[in-house]
Amino acid sequence: MEWLGFVNYAVFMAIFIGIYALLALGLNIQWGYTGLFNAGIAGFFAVGAYTSAILTSPFAEGRVGGFDLPVPVGWLGAMVAAGLIAWPIGKICLRLRSDYLAIATIGVAEIIRLVVKSESWLTNAARGITDIPRPFGDLAYTMSQLAYLAIVAGVLLVAYLLVERQFASPWGRMMRAIRDNEDAARAMGKDVPYRRLEAFIFGSALMGLGGALFAHFNRTITPEAIDPMVATFLVWIMLILGGSGNNRGAILGVAVVWIIWSMSEIVTDRLPHEYAVKAKYLRVFLIGLMLQVVLRFRPEGLLPEPQKRGPRPDPAASGARPPASPD
Amino acid sequence: MSGQDMMLEVEDLVMTYGGFRAVDGCSFSVREGTITGLIGPNGAGKTTTFNMVAGAIPPTSGRIRYLGQDVTDLSTDKRFHLGLVRTFQIPHEFHRLTALENLMMVPPRQSGEGLLANWLSPGRVRADEERVRARAVETLAFLELTHVADERAGNLSGGQKKLLELGRTMMTDAKLVLLDEPAAGVNRTLLRKLEEKIAILNRERGYTFVLIEHDMEMIEKLCDPVVCMAEGRVLIEGDFATVRSDPRVLEAYLGETVGDAA
Repeated sequence: MEWLGFVNYAVFMAIFIGIYALLALGLNIQWGYTGLFNAGIAGFFAVGAYTSAILTSPFAEGRVGGFDLPVPVGWLGAMVAAGLIAWPIGKICLRLRSDYLAIATIGVAEIIRLVVKSESWLTNAARGITDIPRPFGDLAYTMSQLAYLAIVAGVLLVAYLLVERQFASPWGRMMRAIRDNEDAARAMGKDVPYRRLEAFIFGSALMGLGGALFAHFNRTITPEAIDPMVATFLVWIMLILGGSGNNRGAILGVAVVWIIWSMSEIVTDRLPHEYAVKAKYLRVFLIGLMLQVVLRFRPEGLLPEPQKRGPRPDPAASGARPPASPD
Repeated sequence: MSGQDMMLEVEDLVMTYGGFRAVDGCSFSVREGTITGLIGPNGAGKTTTFNMVAGAIPPTSGRIRYLGQDVTDLSTDKRFHLGLVRTFQIPHEFHRLTALENLMMVPPRQSGEGLLANWLSPGRVRADEERVRARAVETLAFLELTHVADERAGNLSGGQKKLLELGRTMMTDAKLVLLDEPAAGVNRTLLRKLEEKIAILNRERGYTFVLIEHDMEMIEKLCDPVVCMAEGRVLIEGDFATVRSDPRVLEAYLGETVGDAA
């Protein structure tokens, strides 16, 4: 059954694309629209994954929980926890200029990774948390995968519509203004630190949700999953390549990069062993090269930030009178 | 120099950078309804004074009173909400927003700026947005920028960006507008237009202006009184003719001649 294997692989890949798309949407809120350089995506991903794992897994000896709660509660909890972690970090770090924020968030993500790795009462340390329930997990393999894909797609659709609507609103306009010129936004009466915090928490909550979907898909979560290479930098490349400031671009970037990333794994795995090990680094190189090429030839990404066009103002209406005072 | 009709009172303002005193005991006041000119040679501390009045930088010492209230410790965005609005010497446009969006972002307390309002009260957000858009369209028309409404602000010319800066101050209920070199980089034709716009806003909207400017023709036409600063201090204050003929002013400019006579 060659085709079944192919379908299974495609579904597997689509699920991952859905999960990464949530991370990319979260980053797009932070970087694409507000200009916040979050280089600690893996940290929020981990907080979401572990929170949902602790909330929904059955009771286990020697660590907190599990509380055996329904899966949607776990996912909500993941968003809340990631948002709560983002709040103090944002409060402290968002005063910093963008490059310092990047350094600070890398540090925070690394701290979270170390906590996850060593605090066995909380996360069961290196052994990780197992027995995480997966919705429709007891169906036959292909059906179960398809059902999970449907759930991921549904969650992504809701998240996409939510973010898209928010961006089209005056809130989104204000955020882009803050990104373009912080001093001017402040001079125009906008409370810049507060608004940045909003975007930081909003984006981080989506990253937490992505982590939760990942944990429930794998049914286990271990510290190895919190690799900054795949959970932070790959997401950055996806967003930059797809087009930061454009939600559809973000999702397209995820699909393109993830397909190349996982296809290249198939290719390298077929090489003789001594080359296969070296080829692993070639994959990283390939992704890096792709980023360079995009930045050189199409810095705005595959789908650039859309330009808002209002109804055309009436050219006949021009005059030398000032507009009447409002109200 | 204190009274009910004083809109802005700057008292003994000092700003030091290390050992350098950029502003060194600057005091002046601005009467409501005037267009007050702020002149002086380069490095006199005019823009630094502006930055302190607008709240962009905290003064080393001294007080700023606006509408009788001490605003020295108030942040920029809070001063904006009191009607104290500034423009920038180097245009600070939101470069990836269109010209129209640049104006539409300005009005305070738009209901769509809340994270939840877009979901809880979409009708109110839409109504607000229509009002804001109409006002922005009108403002663009007033500034004769209608043809670039949908252009990204970053692509506008230097002069158009200056007009957009002025336009932003018209999108709120400003009382006191600080204009930092509105004429710099603007061509002659546009400049005359700009003067006209400022005069109209002063007359019909009741804006009080403080104007930093090197173009003496513009100062002469618009400003009364004129305050001349040098070395971080106010040298003299008075009408244009008085200030212009004062020997100290001529000396401060070190041979740079004041006025169009040169």
